[in-house]
Amino acid sequence: MTTDRGAITTARPTTHGLRSSVGGTLRAIYIVWYRDILRFWRDRARILASLAQPLLFLVIFGTGLSSSLGGGAFAAGGGSFSYVQFVYPGIIGMAVLFSAIFGAMSIVWDREFGFLKEILVAPIDRSAVAIGKALGGATQAMIQGLILLILAPLVGVTLSVPSVLLLLPFAFVLAFALSSLGVAIGSRMRSMQGFQIVMNFLMMPMFFLSGALFPLTGLPDWMTILTRLDPASYGMDPLRRIVLSASLPSGATDAFGMTLFGQVLPIGLEAMILLGFGGVMLGVAIVNFRHRD
Amino acid sequence: MTDGDRARESVIEARGLTKRFGELEAVKGIDLDVRRGEIFGFLGPNGAGKSTTINILCTLMRPTAGSASVAGFDVDRHPSEVRARIGLVFQDPSLDAQLTARENLEFHAFVYSVPAAERASRIGEVLEMVELTDRANSMVMTFSGGMKRRLEIARGMLHTPEVLFLDEPTIGLDPQTRRHIWGYLRGLRDTAGVTLFMTTHYMDEAEECDRIAIIDGGRIVALGTPSELKALVGGDVVTIATADNVIAAAEIQQLFQVEPLVDDGSLRVEVPDAAGFIPRLVRETTVEVRSVSFHRPSLDDVFLKLTGHAIRDEGAGANDMMRMFGRAWGGRR
Repeated sequence: MTTDRGAITTARPTTHGLRSSVGGTLRAIYIVWYRDILRFWRDRARILASLAQPLLFLVIFGTGLSSSLGGGAFAAGGGSFSYVQFVYPGIIGMAVLFSAIFGAMSIVWDREFGFLKEILVAPIDRSAVAIGKALGGATQAMIQGLILLILAPLVGVTLSVPSVLLLLPFAFVLAFALSSLGVAIGSRMRSMQGFQIVMNFLMMPMFFLSGALFPLTGLPDWMTILTRLDPASYGMDPLRRIVLSASLPSGATDAFGMTLFGQVLPIGLEAMILLGFGGVMLGVAIVNFRHRD
Repeated sequence: MTDGDRARESVIEARGLTKRFGELEAVKGIDLDVRRGEIFGFLGPNGAGKSTTINILCTLMRPTAGSASVAGFDVDRHPSEVRARIGLVFQDPSLDAQLTARENLEFHAFVYSVPAAERASRIGEVLEMVELTDRANSMVMTFSGGMKRRLEIARGMLHTPEVLFLDEPTIGLDPQTRRHIWGYLRGLRDTAGVTLFMTTHYMDEAEECDRIAIIDGGRIVALGTPSELKALVGGDVVTIATADNVIAAAEIQQLFQVEPLVDDGSLRVEVPDAAGFIPRLVRETTVEVRSVSFHRPSLDDVFLKLTGHAIRDEGAGANDMMRMFGRAWGGRR
C-alpha cells in the first residue's frame, strides 16, 4: 500500500456544455414543476377541502360583518357595493396567498422525506430547483384562487370576460411573488417544526395587513406603514379593482385603490413591485440551494 | 505506473481529503484509489466518517482540505460533471412515495438528461433488472422496504453512471432481502461494468467486496482485499474463558509470548496454529479453562486488531439521534 500525495490529474468539462446546460435547466424546471402539479392533481380531495376556509370567511364572516355594519354599503365613485362584495376579491387573494406559500414550502417536506436529496445531487443548476418549485407553488395557488371565481354570482359580483382575462396575469404575479417567498423560507428550513412560526408570524400578519378584509385607507400611521411594507397588499389591490370593475362604473374602482405618498398606484406598477419582490426572494432561494457545506 | 495509466485505472481518487465541522474533524486526510469495475467497500462503525467521505465524493459536501476526483473530474471544481457520471443510493429513502415507480424514474431521467428517445426503454430495462416491472405503475407508498431499495438502485443506474455510490444500501433490511440486493449489485458490476463504492458496517457484506478500506475515527487504518486484511491477523483466533482471566492472561503471555486481549469477559489470542496451541494451553495453565473455541480470522478480528475496539452498534442510538437532530437543525447544505 503506497500513499501518493501527488496532485490528481482531472479532466476539464467539455465546452459544448453551455447550450445543453440551458436545455437541461429548462427540462429540470419543467419536471420539478410537473411533479408538484401531478401531486396537486392527485390530491383533488385536498383541493376541495381547501375551499372550506375561504367559504367560511365569505359566507359567515362576510355576512356577519355586513349585517353588523347595517347592511353597510361602500359608496365609490357613483356606485356602491356591500361588504361581502368588497371582501370577495380579498378572499380570492387569501386563497392565493396561503396556497402559494404552503405549496412552495412543500420543499421542506421533500427534505424531510428525502426526495430533495435526489434533486440536489442531480447534474442540474440548482436554480432549477428554486424556479421549478416557485412556479409549481404559483400554479397551484392560481388554480386555488381562480376556482373561487365560480362563487361570483353568489355574492352578486358581475364578472366580464375582459376582467377575468386581466385577472389571470395579476393573480399569477401575486402567486409567484408569494411562492418565491415560500421557496426562500423553505430553502433554509430543516424541518417542519418551524412551520408554525412561519404561519403565525409571517403568513397571518401578511394576510391581515394585505387589505383583504378592510380598505387600507384612513388607518393609523403605524399600520399604514406596515400595510405598505406587506408585499401581499400590492397583489390584493389589483385583484379587487379588477374583480369589482365590471360591477361599478368605470373609474370608480380607483376610489378604493391603494395609495402610496397620496397617489393611487396604477395596477401595472403594483405588479412590477410584486415581480421585483418575487425576483429577490427567488434569488435568495437560489443562493441558498447553491450553497454546499 | 505513469500518471496516464493511473487516470485510466482509477475511477475515484482522493488525496489528503479532510472535512471539519467546526471543532470536529470528521475526515482526517484520506488517500484513496478505487479501480474501475471493482466493488469497493468502506467499512467502519457509525460516526467513523464514512458518510461524510461519500458526501464529499458525491459533491454534496465540499472538502475542507485535500482533493478528490471521480470519473476524471474534480469533485469541488466540476461538481456537475461528476454528478452526471455517478449514481447514488442514499442511506435514507429518497423516493417520492406519492408517485409511482415509473414516475420516480421519469423524474430522474429528466433531471439527468436521458435522451427522450431512450427514456422509456432505459426505464423498462432498469425495472426489469430489479424485477419491479409488474409494479411499475404502483404508488411507491405501497412498496416494502426492500422494494424501495431495489427501485432506488434501479434509479441510480438509469443514466448509466460510471460509479454507483451506495451508502449503507442494506441497512434495516432483513437478511434474505440483503442477499437479494447483493445479487443485483454483483450483477450490475458483472454486466454493466459499473464501479460500486459502498459503505457498510456489516462485516458479512464487507466480505463480498473486492477491496475494503477500514475507516475509524476519520482515518483509513487498512486497505486491501478481504483475504489480505484477514492475513493481518496472525493465524487463528482463539477465544478462551477461564476461572481467572487475569492470571490466565499472564500465564499465556509467559508461555506463548503472545498478548491476550480481554474482550467481553473472555480472552482472545491470535496464534499461528490453534490445533497445536489449545492442548498445550489446557495442559500448562494453572487456572481452570472453562471453554475454548477458535476460528479463522474474520474481518471483525481485523477490525478489533486495528482499532482496539469492536465494530458494534452500541452507539447507534445516540448517533441516529444526532443524525435526526442534525437534519432538523443543521446548517445549510
